[in-house]
Amino acid sequence: MIRLAVVSGKGGTGKTMVAAALADISAVPQVLVDCDVDAANLELLFEPRRLTTEEFRGLAAARIDPALCRDCGICADHCRFSAIVRRNDAWVVDALHCEGCAVCTYVCPMGAIRMEPRVCGEIYTSATDRGPLAHARLFPGSGNSGLLVTEVKKRAMKLADGADLLLADGPPGIGCPLIATVGGMDAILIVTEPGVSALHDLGRLVTVCRRFGVRIFVAINRFDLAEDICERIEEYCRKEEILVAGKIPFDPRVIEAVRNGRPVTRSESPATDALRDLRDTLFSELGLI
Amino acid sequence: MKITIASGKGGTGKSTVAANLAYTLARSCEVVLVDCDVEEPNLHLFFPASAVDVPVTTPVPEIDPARCTLCGECGKFCRFGALSVLKDRVLIFPELCHSCGGCALVCPQGAVREVRRTVGRVACSRPLSNLVLISGVLNEGEVQAPTVIKAAKMLAEGHPLTLYDASPGIACPVIETLEGSDACVLVTESTPFGLHDLRLAAEVAERVGIGAGVVINRSDGQDEATLGFCRERGLPILMTIPFSREIAAIQNRGGLICRDLPGWEERFASLFSEIVKIAGVSL
Repeated sequence: MIRLAVVSGKGGTGKTMVAAALADISAVPQVLVDCDVDAANLELLFEPRRLTTEEFRGLAAARIDPALCRDCGICADHCRFSAIVRRNDAWVVDALHCEGCAVCTYVCPMGAIRMEPRVCGEIYTSATDRGPLAHARLFPGSGNSGLLVTEVKKRAMKLADGADLLLADGPPGIGCPLIATVGGMDAILIVTEPGVSALHDLGRLVTVCRRFGVRIFVAINRFDLAEDICERIEEYCRKEEILVAGKIPFDPRVIEAVRNGRPVTRSESPATDALRDLRDTLFSELGLI
Repeated sequence: MKITIASGKGGTGKSTVAANLAYTLARSCEVVLVDCDVEEPNLHLFFPASAVDVPVTTPVPEIDPARCTLCGECGKFCRFGALSVLKDRVLIFPELCHSCGGCALVCPQGAVREVRRTVGRVACSRPLSNLVLISGVLNEGEVQAPTVIKAAKMLAEGHPLTLYDASPGIACPVIETLEGSDACVLVTESTPFGLHDLRLAAEVAERVGIGAGVVINRSDGQDEATLGFCRERGLPILMTIPFSREIAAIQNRGGLICRDLPGWEERFASLFSEIVKIAGVSL
């Protein structure tokens, strides 16, 4: 099985659109996974029928038992995250800031602080007409998004029996969710666009991905909006020996398809043609066709 | 006053709004613009200038092998898996360390010492006479985005007017950025993706307790769903930027529509008046 993640560095370049299109026209047994747990959008295009829902527990958070607390404040002195705050004349843990390190439980002379599990989101498995989908929802403001990505990928692996392709829609950025996504992948497809920001972000993303020894491919979305910057992206890719596996033109049909909640490849358009070419190039490189 | 520009979905135009707002304000007063999207900072591309770098470091453990008895207490205590006590040595995984200081605290031999490790930098520049740009930059391969955000915000402290450009998403980096803001501008686009993620971002602002308003970017006039959501949630629409190839072309090249297209400086100035209303502060 080939494990392929679609990522972007800069947000909004069309990752989900490309991932959904590949899923739609892949023609190989596959399992889908949405690793953008902060803003999971793949499900909006595939009408998933939910099969399982489970709680996602992040690292435990501290809780102070007011009956045992003697108000000494030693916990607050030791907390490096300023997560122990004064509220209504008592020390309480601010869950938004608690990293779950448990230093406070260790230093409290009264044994008044315990670590308690906290639910930070939900993990789902669903059926779609394009194969099983593992996805998740991080509760707004919760931490542990990298950990949640790892959990969602594990669910996808369980669903992957008999699949030739595990296709992941990744998060933007290069931090903890991205690193959790790229780990264990065989190949990544970076969707970029011809803009100075996207080009800058592409370089940082490639540097991170190189450390994982994965095969790297690039697709340039809306390439015709600024052909000179597109040329700079291609030049960068040549220098880095990265294959530009596809170039997708700006096409109003793409926004129309997203509006209608379906992959763009369900109807014929210039973008659909380009996405088919992208699939052919990418899948033949990966030995899928 | 401190204003955060955020969005759930990436690429909706946060940096565009932040850069144009900063440029407009800098025409009449001193502004500090802080790039808190430390994974992919882009604001310096709109404001090229030579910068001074300040390294961002975080404490991580170092073991003194002469004192260590391999008792295993540090490894048992660490909730992040950053220390692993083997038969003959202690392995440290610094990139997993959250710098809580627990290992040094629990070591009965005093064998754990904390040393500084660089995870990123803050680049400070003055691209315009009235504009200071402070960009947080996370080193490639590091995961401690909030540490770099905190350092960038700290260097911007003390200025009367500060804009924070947040990263996309709804997790810890966004919380860290929102902290201490007087108002939050949520930038969205009128697609189902944009709306889905706007809902989440609005929840984050609400959870942190910061008043928010919405900027609709790349509007093609079909904004009913977004407008409906904002009405229902009492979120004011602060500004609508239409989709046009001309605007896209200026932005793709690192340009500023408030400088390069007529009429936009005035619109960003009125965006600021709208934000002031949300913040409820008098200037």
